[in-house]
Amino acid sequence: MRRVVWIALVWWSVAWVVTDVPAAEALTGASPPSPLEQALQALYSDEEATREQAVRVLIEQGDATLLPRLDELRAHADRSLRMAIKPVADAWRHRDDLASPDADIRRSAATDLGTSGRAVAIPWLEAAAGFESHHWVRYAMDESAQLLKLASDDPAIKAQAATKLGELRSQNAVPALKALVQAAEESGGTEQQKPLARAATAAIDRIETWNVWSTAIETVFRGISLSSILLIMSVGLAIVFGLMGVINMAHGELMMIGAYATFVMQECFKLYVPSSWFDSYYLAALPASFLAAAVFGLILEATVIRFLYGRPLETMLATWGVSLILIQAARIYFGDLTAVTAPAWLNGGAQVMVGVFLPFNRLFIIGLSILCVMGIYALLFRSSLGLRVRAVTQNRNMSACLGIPTRKVDAYTFAFGSGLAGIAGWALTLVGNVEPGLGQNYIVDSFMVVVTGGVGKLAGTIIASLGIGGLNKLMEPSLGAVYGKVLILVLVILFLQRRPSGLFAVKGRQAEG
Amino acid sequence: MIFQKPHGADDSIPTATNEAPSSRRDFLWQSSRTAVGIGVAALLGNLGRWALSYGADKEPIKIGVLHSLSGTMAISEVSLKDVVSMAVEEINAKGGLLGRSLKLVIVDPASNWDLFAEKAKQLLVQDKVAVVFGCWTSVSRKSVLPVFEKNNGLLFYPVQYEGEECSRNVFYTGAAVNQQAVPAVEYLMSKEGGGHKKFYLLGTDYVYPRTTNKILRAMLLAKKVPAGNIMEEYTPFHHQDYQTIVGKIKKFSAGGGACVISTINGDSNVPFYKEFANQGLRAEDAPIMAFSVAEDELRGMDKTALVGHLAAWNYYQSVDTPQNKQFVANFKAYCKKNNLPDGDKRVTDDPIEAAYFGVHVWKQAVEKAESTEVDAVRNAVYGQKFLAPGGDIMMDDVNHHTHKPVLIGEILKDGQIKVVWKSKGLVKPEPWSEYTNPEKGCDWVKHQGTYKKA
Repeated sequence: MRRVVWIALVWWSVAWVVTDVPAAEALTGASPPSPLEQALQALYSDEEATREQAVRVLIEQGDATLLPRLDELRAHADRSLRMAIKPVADAWRHRDDLASPDADIRRSAATDLGTSGRAVAIPWLEAAAGFESHHWVRYAMDESAQLLKLASDDPAIKAQAATKLGELRSQNAVPALKALVQAAEESGGTEQQKPLARAATAAIDRIETWNVWSTAIETVFRGISLSSILLIMSVGLAIVFGLMGVINMAHGELMMIGAYATFVMQECFKLYVPSSWFDSYYLAALPASFLAAAVFGLILEATVIRFLYGRPLETMLATWGVSLILIQAARIYFGDLTAVTAPAWLNGGAQVMVGVFLPFNRLFIIGLSILCVMGIYALLFRSSLGLRVRAVTQNRNMSACLGIPTRKVDAYTFAFGSGLAGIAGWALTLVGNVEPGLGQNYIVDSFMVVVTGGVGKLAGTIIASLGIGGLNKLMEPSLGAVYGKVLILVLVILFLQRRPSGLFAVKGRQAEG
Repeated sequence: MIFQKPHGADDSIPTATNEAPSSRRDFLWQSSRTAVGIGVAALLGNLGRWALSYGADKEPIKIGVLHSLSGTMAISEVSLKDVVSMAVEEINAKGGLLGRSLKLVIVDPASNWDLFAEKAKQLLVQDKVAVVFGCWTSVSRKSVLPVFEKNNGLLFYPVQYEGEECSRNVFYTGAAVNQQAVPAVEYLMSKEGGGHKKFYLLGTDYVYPRTTNKILRAMLLAKKVPAGNIMEEYTPFHHQDYQTIVGKIKKFSAGGGACVISTINGDSNVPFYKEFANQGLRAEDAPIMAFSVAEDELRGMDKTALVGHLAAWNYYQSVDTPQNKQFVANFKAYCKKNNLPDGDKRVTDDPIEAAYFGVHVWKQAVEKAESTEVDAVRNAVYGQKFLAPGGDIMMDDVNHHTHKPVLIGEILKDGQIKVVWKSKGLVKPEPWSEYTNPEKGCDWVKHQGTYKKA
């Protein structure tokens, strides 16, 4: 009984929608069935050709207002009918989406129409491009229109489209253009094909040249991005290990604490703050993650490390133990399944030129790492605390004689380095996931950067992260991720064989102490 | 107390020659007493064993569970331990098996492959369990395999895997490659699946992705896909930086018709999907078909970047059958009742279902064999049928694998997977792929395991 009522309801709503549209009024009229109605009937045909024809008619003459009708068909359709309906529904929907207020949706619709191979979409795309204000959406519309023209039967239009696509530097056109050139070569080149093949070859050349440049730019960006991640991971370590000489194996877990602080902040915002403010949780998590890691660093320093100053081996073992405890504690308390949702303004990326797309989250981390380095320099070289830190690390006894509270300075420096690790954890939630083993993934890389840079020199850490990150991204395209990483490790080992104290060795009497 | 020596402990060390005789006498005296003691104890022990074996019919049947409850694999394996416990509880509630109740022996191999072998030995030799349900990764399975074969144990393995294995002591309730990866790629090539022509095979660098991709490559070449349209790439475990690879996929997918076949494992998935979305790629440009992402893993991920991508399994929580609704509800209720983490927010997925029906298949086999003896049960498992949550399944007559349906699904925003394609009926398992090892077969009835086809 319910089913009957339901079907009646669907029919009523469909009839209502259909009668509401003047263009489709003929559909409900009983006498002479309109071409659209005929086409809808023809969809049920067993013959492939009839169905294809019906699909073409529907795409050309129908529009999105008929979608409910199709959905209703779909609900009772078998597999072959569903497959026949899909391109129709897609075409209508995309046509509708070309006028969507959301630029991403307009762009997606344009791209999908371009790959659908239906020439009927050319006027839609051209019309939409006329109104389009967003540069890259208009680009997608132009590109799609030209791609569809490239598939037309008229050689003149084809040649024109090929040239145009060359001007657009369309990477998407390369396979089709190559096919054109190949077809011309195989047939020996009729008079009609020659100018077309020439245009296509010229376009391919143009696109490929552009491609080389855009790839180079992207590779440089990727190198910088990886370097910034390495840098932000290792600045904290550069202070703790580099300046204080403490081998802190739990440094990675301090990052983990920063990441979990971000997660906790997110959950708090979900519970206590209106959802329109949700995205700002990420900014609120910055001080939270810094403080959480710094406070933990203070505790770690006061309970474990202060008793082990000057005994690197014991420090290493003790902090390693602490790291294991922390990992299991996080696993027990948070479990393995936690996720930080990046705020909306850090999703997606900016297209700067054809083929070059820079993700926002990576741009953000690059900016953050620059800010961090600047902050550290300001603190170390422009503040009295920084002066004391440098004094203590250079000559502890003399500093103590001059009245500097070395115990306190040690504790503050360690807490500061730990806090930086917390910030790194906060930033890393944008690219990776939050899990108890998070620190383990990064700790080896961090030590590698600090040691290569030269223990005790911040500038060394910066140059080393740039070098390792850049080299990694330079080698990865040809060697693959596995061997790229292996080669990096080999190179670092060889480098340290030649220069055991790293890029920037501390020279003079200080080095002997 | 009888054996206690009347002297202090330091007396036992012969420090001077004049003390030697006395301590020798002491020694003789004591060892004879010890020998008598041992004899009596052994006698009592034997009596005890008689008594035990007499009452053994009423003793509970011991069942081993060998899943990592800590370490990196805990994220996936804990749920399997939970569902096996649930299935055992169900059976006990219905009066047990052969008039005896079932008793779980749960051990934790802690995601450590060597520990897997050690714990397996402990279960078989020390606890003498009738059957073991366990393992997730192929490494852990390979490491326990010799233990099960040497001690003639019985293992039910519930996870899809790379095939090329045919053990007498293992029943595989997960999918073989021809029940997951191969149909998934065939679907992508079909008109309905988008008629894809270019394939990017991307995986973590270990045995499952390598073997699966070897089979897929052979299959694609056999289907006349040019070698230039197939890319194969591997990343280390825990790889986090997918910039270059996503860039390559972008170039590869230009012009349309490309798809990504992902065998990426564990924590590398989130960085990969995030980077994929952030570089402006959409599921429409190049869908990612994943073989290792199921509902249970999605539970803890940020789903925004995964929506619209595909997965291939033999079961989803969303499968619409009455017994599945019951199963999902039971599992949630079980987790809530036992105060397990996340309680009724827990989800079911393919390995969870496979672990669940594995217990029931074993139970039916024991009932048929009227014994828990491994050799009898093994013969009884052949051809067993069971109405699993996802629908009927059948154990193969000879090759220790399971006949299952294949389902392709699309990932939704809420972490559920919607079925978009379903195989016609059950797919017969082929442990040896027809593409890479056409001459090999697996048969434990007419042959001794792996054999050469005539």
